[in-house]
Amino acid sequence: MESLERIILEQTLFAGLDPDIAQLVTGCARNLHFEPGAYLFHEGEDAKEFYLIRHGEVVLEITAPGRRTLVLSTIKDGEVVGASWLIPPYRWNSDARARGHVRALGFNAECLRRKCDEDARVGYEMTKRFMPMMVNRLQAAYLQLLDVYGRPEGS
Amino acid sequence: MDPYVPLPYRVLATRKDTPDVVTLDLAPVGDSIPEPQPGQFTMLYVFGVGEAPISVSGAPVDGNPLVQTVRAVGAVSNAITRLRPGQEIGVRGPYGTAWPVESATGHDILFVAGGLGLAPLRPAIRHVLSNRDRYGRVSLLYGTRGPEDMLYRDELAEWRRMLDVEIEVTVDHADRTWRGTVGVVTKLIPRADFDPERTTAMVCGPEVMMRFSVLALQVAGLPFERTFLSLERAMKCGLGLCGRCQFGAHFVCQEGAVISYDRIAHIFTVREI
Ligand SMILES: Cc1cc2nc3c(=O)[nH]c(=O)nc-3n(C[C@H](O)[C@H](O)[C@H](O)COP(=O)(O)OP(=O)(O)OC[C@H]3O[C@@H](n4cnc5c(N)ncnc54)[C@H](O)[C@@H]3O)c2cc1C
Ligand code: FES
Repeated sequence: MESLERIILEQTLFAGLDPDIAQLVTGCARNLHFEPGAYLFHEGEDAKEFYLIRHGEVVLEITAPGRRTLVLSTIKDGEVVGASWLIPPYRWNSDARARGHVRALGFNAECLRRKCDEDARVGYEMTKRFMPMMVNRLQAAYLQLLDVYGRPEGS
Repeated sequence: MDPYVPLPYRVLATRKDTPDVVTLDLAPVGDSIPEPQPGQFTMLYVFGVGEAPISVSGAPVDGNPLVQTVRAVGAVSNAITRLRPGQEIGVRGPYGTAWPVESATGHDILFVAGGLGLAPLRPAIRHVLSNRDRYGRVSLLYGTRGPEDMLYRDELAEWRRMLDVEIEVTVDHADRTWRGTVGVVTKLIPRADFDPERTTAMVCGPEVMMRFSVLALQVAGLPFERTFLSLERAMKCGLGLCGRCQFGAHFVCQEGAVISYDRIAHIFTVREI
């Protein structure tokens, strides 16, 4: 347990977390390995666990009938896969697939949500650490939607 | 030499980088323009059609041609991209400010390019790579719309083979056949390896992409005065005379196109400017 806690504290996302909160967070975490091509989750499934990539690359994908699979984003070391665990209805809105071997920390979403509810300090720390990530992803989505490299209007 | 009068250049070769982007190698028919600094632009004149400011993508030094990369968006640029080897084009310049490759000596260098923005950065990248020992860590972060929109593929592959340069390429949209990174170029900034205390960033791309990049660089701790952009506002004379290129109190053709962000931060996102 102790070494898992150390690994968690080494992640940028959790840097500087108070030791007692780190201990609570560690209680919801486990070490994981995914084989190349393995799915971390599928669209529509309950967001029971989210992942922090320690090493490797994960792609978020969307597949619609009659269309080729689109890659939405690639996620690398130190980054989080999945934000849907934070907000109802706690359901994934894309597939997540390991591109090569992936080592990750898995966090039991229900366990962490319960600890957030029980101890406002945990909730605040999680919000403070996940909020910038969510805002950055929203901005990135804007930028993707804006199609900034498209042809200038009127051309 | 009358700065208004274009000098005749001949097209030596053309390369189609993407369906609407062409790179031209040019050589003077007679007199040549002075040697451009990385970041400067020329005015390219297609006889009978008109003129457009186009960044220099490769300087005519060491026997190399003058290289310019053009995207067909309107009358002039369409005419340029349709030129064939042997045909002539008028060139005047070079104009504008340069990327700070000299004052950045000793710094980590972060190039952030979006789409066609790699073209104006190419001379600065080549300068830094051919004087590699004068700089700290060097990173190029390049984002395009899709894998098929990437410029200078062969050269990117060559740069990637160099061991002491970090080249990260990302595309906004891709299917599964693309094995690289997907996501906007700003996402690469927190992943890049540089020391904000001693880094100079050179950013070039569509204006919206530059706005988001500047924000991400600010979050990464880079001060505005070491963040440089290329402002590609419409121009006419290129000589500080007509006022067409005015941006707030600045004449971009004179004080730009390359400008440090601290000088324009207060007006960069103001809609009317
Ligand atoms: C300093 C500088 C460097 C440049 N470097 C390059 C370069 O290396 N390669 C290249 O292909 N282009 C470059 N441009 C842009 C190029 O000059 C314009 O696209 C030019 O307007 C083309 O002329 P045109 O007659 O073909 O199109 P126009 O008829 O003038 O314009 C066609 C369409 O493009 C839009 N447009 C014009 N200029 C711009 C611009 N700067 N940004 C966004 N949209 C624009 C217009 O609104 C219009 O809708 C540069 C511009 C500047 C100021
Ligand atoms: S283009 Fe004429 S003043 Fe700048």
